[in-house]
Amino acid sequence: MLSVKNIHANIDGREILKGINLDIKPGEVHAIMGPNGSGKSTLASVLAGREEYEVTEGAVSFLGKDLLELSTEDRAREGLFLAFQYPVEIPGVSTTNFIKAAVNEKRKYLGQEPLDAVAFLKMMKEKMALVEIDQRLLSRSINEGFSGGEKKRNEVFQMAMLEPKLAIMDETDSGLDIDALRIVANGINKLRSPDRAILLITHYQRLLDYIQPDYVHVLYNGRIVKSGTKELALELEEKGYDFITDEVDLAANQ
Amino acid sequence: MKEKPDTLEQAVLTEYKYGFVTDIDTDVIAKGLSENTIRLISNKKNEPEWMLDWRLKAYNHWLKLEEPKWSNVKYPIINYQDIIYYAAPKPKKQLNSLDEADPELLATFEKLGISLNEQKRLTGVAVDVVMDSVSIATSFKEQLSEIGVIFCSISEAIQLHPELVKKYLGSVVPMTDNYFAALNSAVFTDGSFCYIPKGVRCPMELSTYFRINTENAGQFERTLIIAEDESYVSYLEGCTAPMRDENQLHAAVVELVAHTKAEIKYSTVQNWYPGDKNGLGGIYNFVTKRGMCKGDHSKISWTQVETGSAITWKYPSVILKGDHSIGEFYSVAFTNNHQQADTGTKMIHLGKNTRSRIVSKGISAGHSQNSYRGLVRASKQATNARNYSQCDSLLLGDKCGAHTFPYIEVKNKTAIVEHEATTSKIGEDQLFYCKQRGIDAETAVALIVNGFAKEVMNQLPMEFAVEAQKLLAISMEGSVG
Ligand SMILES: Nc1ncnc2c1ncn2[C@@H]1O[C@H](COP(=O)(O)OP(=O)(O)O)[C@@H](O)[C@H]1O
Ligand SMILES: [Mg+2]
Repeated sequence: MLSVKNIHANIDGREILKGINLDIKPGEVHAIMGPNGSGKSTLASVLAGREEYEVTEGAVSFLGKDLLELSTEDRAREGLFLAFQYPVEIPGVSTTNFIKAAVNEKRKYLGQEPLDAVAFLKMMKEKMALVEIDQRLLSRSINEGFSGGEKKRNEVFQMAMLEPKLAIMDETDSGLDIDALRIVANGINKLRSPDRAILLITHYQRLLDYIQPDYVHVLYNGRIVKSGTKELALELEEKGYDFITDEVDLAANQ
Repeated sequence: MKEKPDTLEQAVLTEYKYGFVTDIDTDVIAKGLSENTIRLISNKKNEPEWMLDWRLKAYNHWLKLEEPKWSNVKYPIINYQDIIYYAAPKPKKQLNSLDEADPELLATFEKLGISLNEQKRLTGVAVDVVMDSVSIATSFKEQLSEIGVIFCSISEAIQLHPELVKKYLGSVVPMTDNYFAALNSAVFTDGSFCYIPKGVRCPMELSTYFRINTENAGQFERTLIIAEDESYVSYLEGCTAPMRDENQLHAAVVELVAHTKAEIKYSTVQNWYPGDKNGLGGIYNFVTKRGMCKGDHSKISWTQVETGSAITWKYPSVILKGDHSIGEFYSVAFTNNHQQADTGTKMIHLGKNTRSRIVSKGISAGHSQNSYRGLVRASKQATNARNYSQCDSLLLGDKCGAHTFPYIEVKNKTAIVEHEATTSKIGEDQLFYCKQRGIDAETAVALIVNGFAKEVMNQLPMEFAVEAQKLLAISMEGSVG
């Protein structure tokens, strides 16, 4: 579904991603872990198509298409979803209207009729139950004045509504207390399906107690320095990132 | 190269759709302003002596005034001798109805999306059309006159209802009020006149459509609306102008008088040519609009959607003279590229238990500057006066500016004045968030702006709300149809 080959990316002339390789198949859950500043969000942004980042080398194919050739909005409409680490506030636009626009833009792209009000409402109801989000939140301006937990839950709700093929979740667990974490993780688990892949970006392994990944990758200094199964996450938890990063730094210095 | 706008800057690029010129036979007088110009205008309009005297008085007063400098707008010195003060499409014959108007003219208005013929009957909107200096024709006159409503051009009112014009002209905006009001009083050429008799609820929207066509012509229209006791009227004005490299001056005066228990709702969709993206050309829109809630329990409500003009300088105001009277001001001002807007309102509370409400939404994009300037005054006698003001600014990008200048003068201890203000900014982060959800830049900006302006848009009469929303979208976007 997603194949990332040797991606290098710059921002303001500084190389942040230094050759990333990643293969994700439908139904798989991959976790990307790594210390702060290692390039996790940058990878998410590059895949989603943020213009500030310049891809200098490499290729990405998504569902057989050249991802880097697609505009940001077309990537989304093709089924790539990014749950933001820091969802922005958009004053004046209700969450409901925003999601409705998003859903219908995607339908238009796929040559489908826009959802009518009744069908949309029905879908909202279903998905709201799925991710346990309060209806009152949805009539407010998107993310405006939302608590950290509400913002993250709203991201998962949007993911549910947009039914992506690939969902990249950038630290959807950070800043959540244990109850909120459980609700968000439950929501994500319910959205797992054989034809949907999930890329979980996280700094801590606690999210992986709730969502079992098929693979775990460690990103450090713009490179994936180690890949494994979920046991790798436990090892990281136990020993800290240092046990890997020291190794990498040592190798670099030799 | 991508054709579709991607960044915020591209998404808000204006393309003015009304910038064409109609090739029509026009009666134009020479540039310049003097007593003779005024005599010539008055003579062309076959005006009575009192009207000419009034104009000359205003002109002589204007000569003593200096152009105001206090607003937050910058423009080169206007050469008042370089303006044409009278330009009129030559009528082929006397018109009885709009259907008889020059086909070229009708086509012009069709192109602007304003149907002047039968069609409008369905939507129940009476239209007066002013091209350059004259009113071309007014629809539905007869049906309206059956219930005693007078809706005609001000020129016609001067001829047919001189007693009303004499009584009310300058009663709300005196000719001495300010520089541009004095100029307008001297040289006004046309505009609309509405009179709603006692107890009549005007059954249709009255609307005037202003169009500047002639090069170098100034537009100086004068509108006067009188609502007698217990009457109601909803009035709407719209305006456009061709794209030209030089600036053109528009200096209008609008006066509203609401008697006891009367209500006037005045809506404006202002879309004068704003100039090109480098700030070349565009209309200078220097307008004085004021309403007088003369009787007890009267109400005046201003709603404006301002998207056009290179410079806007206007403060639709309400003098709350009658006890229990109500003044409202709802405004959306959108500025883009190098546009400058200094707009707001004045609510002057004189009567007891008077209430006013101000909702101002300023949207700035590009390199534009958008200022809200509002005055709320409660006089000594204004016991229990109440005002609520809310001024919100939205910045699209980081090269534009929003400014808020609220002035509050309270002389009565029982008065309560509340003011709230917010500023929010839309940047590339918000745009990226929208695009990541499959919403392209143009749609995103429209969504954001319409959401922001909704409270004001909801005040517009139904038929116009849709038009205004489209207009707002067009003003911001290169290619959304
Ligand atoms: N907009 C930006 N401008 C300059 N540097 C940036 C920008 N965004 C990220 N970086 C830098 O790129 C590196 C990786 O950041 P990021 O991808 O956010 O890391 P992570 O998500 O793993 O914590 C950091 O050193 C950060 O400072
Ligand atoms: Mg990050």
